[in-house]
Amino acid sequence: MSYNFAYLDEQTKRMIRRAILKGVAIPGYQVPFASREMPMPYGWGTGGVQVSAACLTPDDVFKVIDQGADDTTNAVSIRRFFEKTAGVAVTEKTTEATVIQTRHRIPETPLSADQILVYQVPIPEPLRFLEPRETETRKMHGLEEYGLMHVKLYEDIARHGEIATAYAYPVKVEDRYVMDPSPIPKFDNPKLESPALQLFGAGREQRIYALPPYTKVFSLDFEDYPFDPSKAAHPCALCGAEDSYLDEVIVDDAGGRMFVCSDTDYCASRRETGEAA
Amino acid sequence: MYVAVKGGERAIDAAHEWLADERRGAPDVAELSISQIREQLSLAVNRVMAEGSLYDPDLAALAIKQARGDMIEAIFLIRAYRTTLPRFGVSAPIDTGAMRCDRRISATFKDLPGGQILGPTFDYTHRLLDFALMADGAVSPEVKEGGPTDAVPLPHVTEFLDREGLLQPEPEDNTPPRDLTREPLDFPADRPLKLQALARGDEGFVLSMAYSTQRGYARNHPFVGELRIGRVAVSMDIPELGFAIDLGEITVSECETVNQFTGSKTEPPQFTRGYGLVFGQSERKAISMALVDRALRWEELGEDNVGAPAQDAEFVLSHSDNVQATGFLEHIKLPHYVDFQSELELIRRLRAEAMMASTGPREAAE
Repeated sequence: MSYNFAYLDEQTKRMIRRAILKGVAIPGYQVPFASREMPMPYGWGTGGVQVSAACLTPDDVFKVIDQGADDTTNAVSIRRFFEKTAGVAVTEKTTEATVIQTRHRIPETPLSADQILVYQVPIPEPLRFLEPRETETRKMHGLEEYGLMHVKLYEDIARHGEIATAYAYPVKVEDRYVMDPSPIPKFDNPKLESPALQLFGAGREQRIYALPPYTKVFSLDFEDYPFDPSKAAHPCALCGAEDSYLDEVIVDDAGGRMFVCSDTDYCASRRETGEAA
Repeated sequence: MYVAVKGGERAIDAAHEWLADERRGAPDVAELSISQIREQLSLAVNRVMAEGSLYDPDLAALAIKQARGDMIEAIFLIRAYRTTLPRFGVSAPIDTGAMRCDRRISATFKDLPGGQILGPTFDYTHRLLDFALMADGAVSPEVKEGGPTDAVPLPHVTEFLDREGLLQPEPEDNTPPRDLTREPLDFPADRPLKLQALARGDEGFVLSMAYSTQRGYARNHPFVGELRIGRVAVSMDIPELGFAIDLGEITVSECETVNQFTGSKTEPPQFTRGYGLVFGQSERKAISMALVDRALRWEELGEDNVGAPAQDAEFVLSHSDNVQATGFLEHIKLPHYVDFQSELELIRRLRAEAMMASTGPREAAE
């Protein structure tokens, strides 16, 4: 049995492309789209997969990362899916890829204008855990009524002395829509302002949104409590990088641990080129 | 020296091989055939067709076999297949009044034209394990009386109440219903959309929602006006021919509940209806669906919203789909190292601050 290029039929891809174009036209706005059942479960990247399917051309070079790594099982599964259904070239090198699908990370290597970064999004609505009803949150976005979010951030500071959101840190896009950048660590937030096109796909929740190149993206904060993209205060134990996001790895039964780059391509490239100290 | 964990690809391949081996089970036991599943596990097949939204007993049986009997996994397989199918057109609405019933019961009238037909039901069986079924080669007894009939169409029970004007008439509306599989779910949802979501909704979820209304969370006093199960023809207008032709026959379960309604500001006292329609013999689901449908109608009937879960269309419709639910639930098995790492750092920092704050004054007191 053979499937259409990149699995989805052309009508479906056209429907998704329309949603993407609308998203690009209104940065940060969540566009409803008729998400399809994919042959992988909801919650496992079906939104990203549909967006990638709608963007891929036969000449593209595709990269998939999950938690920054190309070799995590679900990244492998998605990469294989497109190798099989689209026959596109795949790579683990950030610089070689034209389309990168990601879950929970933005690559450390700066992206360029000829690249598309596709995010897998579990809950696209930044206000969801403040207001569970979609009918209400859509109204709040429409009226630019974001007081609830500011109150939440303020209460964090009152209780904990800082904003207690470490990932999926909310941003405001072009001074208009509050957007969930997907569960990337807040360390990655500054990288949301990028020359690359960034597309966000939430399959189960049936939403697509976008950040066109060079869109202004502001991480919410207060003047006296400015946004702080923190990370573990260590260098990478493998490549010595001081500027990359680190995973903590437990290395022995005594709970000994080490810190290594979560972006495996970044780490490997640094070691190859001898940048590792 | 730690080496970054590699081997996702090999692990996946090995897991798939192992899975295939487990699915087959002991090789000295004969392999299940699709026709065996279709014929002997037909209620499982029905559920997969209903929640998979695809009427194909053979494919549903295949899905059950491939899923090792995991119903939601089988439903998922069918859904993923269904979404790739081209659409030739839309059939005419089925006429359940013309159903050739295998089963037809009413809890509201002792007898009625056409009579009560019990049909092949578990009702009134004693739930005692039948060890005779464990013996290989057991042949089922021949059906002595009844059995599949080609009886004349039976009138809907609710028609009798309709004639007296006691039952709220359903408005005639030929607007094509919205299609959940081709449009994103949007609120407010109209009744056809709600019924569509309930028909594909998880049987357990819809059952629990219905049960909650019976226990007082938006009680709606339902009687099973009629439950009928049988075969109906599916026909489609063929433009080249200029008339409709029958494409085939499907089995459906239909339930109409008759609900007491003492009237509201906008509606006089009358009986109202809850409606359930499901592929195959799926009567638990059909009845559940009718109860939930009726609970969701509070707004249109001008009833009070008592804040019950079954009255909340956004809650019910957003959580009834088991393929969505299981996917999102199970995705938390995927690695979350990155989010967890950022939480770890946050908690350590907050703890350090809290410790400082609490040890400070204590030392001062000592």
